Amino acid sequence: MNNKALAAVTAVLAFPALVAAGPDDDNLVINDELDMISVTEAPAHTENLDTIYSGWHFRTDETQALQIDDFDNPAMIFVDQAADLFETVDGAAEKSCASCHDGVESFEGLQASMPKVDAESGKLVVMEDLINKCRTDRMEADALKWSGADMQGLVALIGLQSRGIPMNVAIDGAAAPFWEQGKEMYYTRYGQLELSCANCHEENWGNMIRADHLSQGMINGFPTYRLKQAKLISRHNRFRGCIRDTRAETFAEGSDEFRALELYVASRGNGLSVETPAVRQ
Amino acid sequence: MKLRLITLVCAMTGGAAFAAETGPKDVQFDDYGAIEQSLTGVAGDAANGALIVGEKSKGNCVACHELTALADIPFHGEVGPMLDGAGDRWSEAELRGLVANAKMTFEGTVMPAFYKDDGYIRPGDAYTGKAPSAPLTSILTAQEIEDVVAFLATLKEQ
Ligand code: HEC
Ligand code: HEC
Ligand code: HEC
Repeated sequence: MNNKALAAVTAVLAFPALVAAGPDDDNLVINDELDMISVTEAPAHTENLDTIYSGWHFRTDETQALQIDDFDNPAMIFVDQAADLFETVDGAAEKSCASCHDGVESFEGLQASMPKVDAESGKLVVMEDLINKCRTDRMEADALKWSGADMQGLVALIGLQSRGIPMNVAIDGAAAPFWEQGKEMYYTRYGQLELSCANCHEENWGNMIRADHLSQGMINGFPTYRLKQAKLISRHNRFRGCIRDTRAETFAEGSDEFRALELYVASRGNGLSVETPAVRQ
Repeated sequence: MKLRLITLVCAMTGGAAFAAETGPKDVQFDDYGAIEQSLTGVAGDAANGALIVGEKSKGNCVACHELTALADIPFHGEVGPMLDGAGDRWSEAELRGLVANAKMTFEGTVMPAFYKDDGYIRPGDAYTGKAPSAPLTSILTAQEIEDVVAFLATLKEQ
């Protein structure tokens, strides 16, 4: 038997193991009342997956439990702080977010469509961009630091208004070139380990990699509260960490590359409920 | 200044200690991805090879492979096949090829190449996330590859 044939046999043998070690089949219900779509059919453009799963299904029972009740969810402390910040006057224009936005509930549904293309500038924008635009242009205050507690608290607070709504980002029209760019990044084998996002999250989800149970790398729960770091983690910070771990030079948080990647990764999860703020190990 | 000093030191030790070594760019793979010739001419040290296989900052092979011989190390991955019996399945030359660059044996494999120092997309300075400040070196040295091969050769089922 030559090596190619052996590889084929190995691949076939590996498959049942993948199913056995895969996601659990618990149901994700928040506060005993909000049924979440955490498993669903993959969208047609997510070519190599049949079913998509929230990262929640790959975590331990203990970690899962923290996300199903808002009283136990440690992310909620940061969300509460952000709710205060929403009301706090800052900047030369002497305004708070609440001066112009009639309650944070008015952002219901927004997260499910993010990232999106800004009609005026033609640029792809993520939630952090929308918030900082209001900070700098409308409040005349300093931009918030991308992965800082204030920014990620606001991103989580606004995202929470869409919790339960299925992700549905647009990938056509003006978004198409950004989506293509993100897709190309997703399949690029970066770094000295030459690993792409797909190598881990598409070909090996359900498998253990050292102590980690690999998920499909979805972002419908971001910002997530990471127990290890005891704070909210931004989407771009997670991307940066994953690329760094391939012994690669990463991209910067808030870079156009990561905006495009965010659109592509978000689109792979179209159909999963927004879970913000999720809890991870 | 500091950088130049390091380069100088590397050049000196490189010249002296590794004179008989085959560099990453000079390795000869056969049609099946095997490497017949030892990379150093010095017999591998299986005990050190075992350490490299388990060590996160070295081979970190257990991140993807399970193997009974290193059962005392917690958390073995399951991305690649179980390595028990690898010494039965593969000759020494094949194992050397697999560890140096498994892509020559299994086209497109997820398994990283451990003896290669160019041809990467955005390589970093180890796990810092930053661009490298010095020329890249292979993840494992020639002797470390030989050590790992010697260890793998001991993995026999019977
Ligand atoms: C001076 C008034 C003003 C202030 C203060 C302000 N905004 Fe805005 N904000 C706007 C306007 C106007 C828009 C654009 C119109 C729209 O889409 O609602 C906007 C848009 C947004 C959007 C995008 C909405 C969408 O559907 O695309 C978000 C999110 C947002 N603001 C959040 C904030 C946050 C958070 C703060 C406080 C840090 C803030 N805004 C402060 C006026 C303001
Ligand atoms: C070497 C394997 C590896 C590669 C390559 C990799 N990741 Fe990850 N990623 C992980 C591990 C391990 C985790 C933590 C466990 C999990 O959720 O999968 C993770 C987690 C994530 C998460 C969080 C998922 C959640 O539900 O909390 C996202 C998002 C993610 N990765 C995206 C990416 C993207 C985008 C890329 C490519 C730029 C990438 N990853 C490349 C291993 C990898
Ligand atoms: C990122 C995951 C990954 C890492 C790290 C990794 N491997 Fe592999 N390895 C694989 C995969 C996947 C295969 C299966 C080849 C294929 O079909 O693609 C493999 C195949 C092998 C094989 C042949 C399989 C057999 O029959 O025994 C050997 C031997 C091997 N690896 C040794 C190692 C050693 C030694 C290291 C560390 C120096 C290592 N691997 C690191 C993923 C990995």
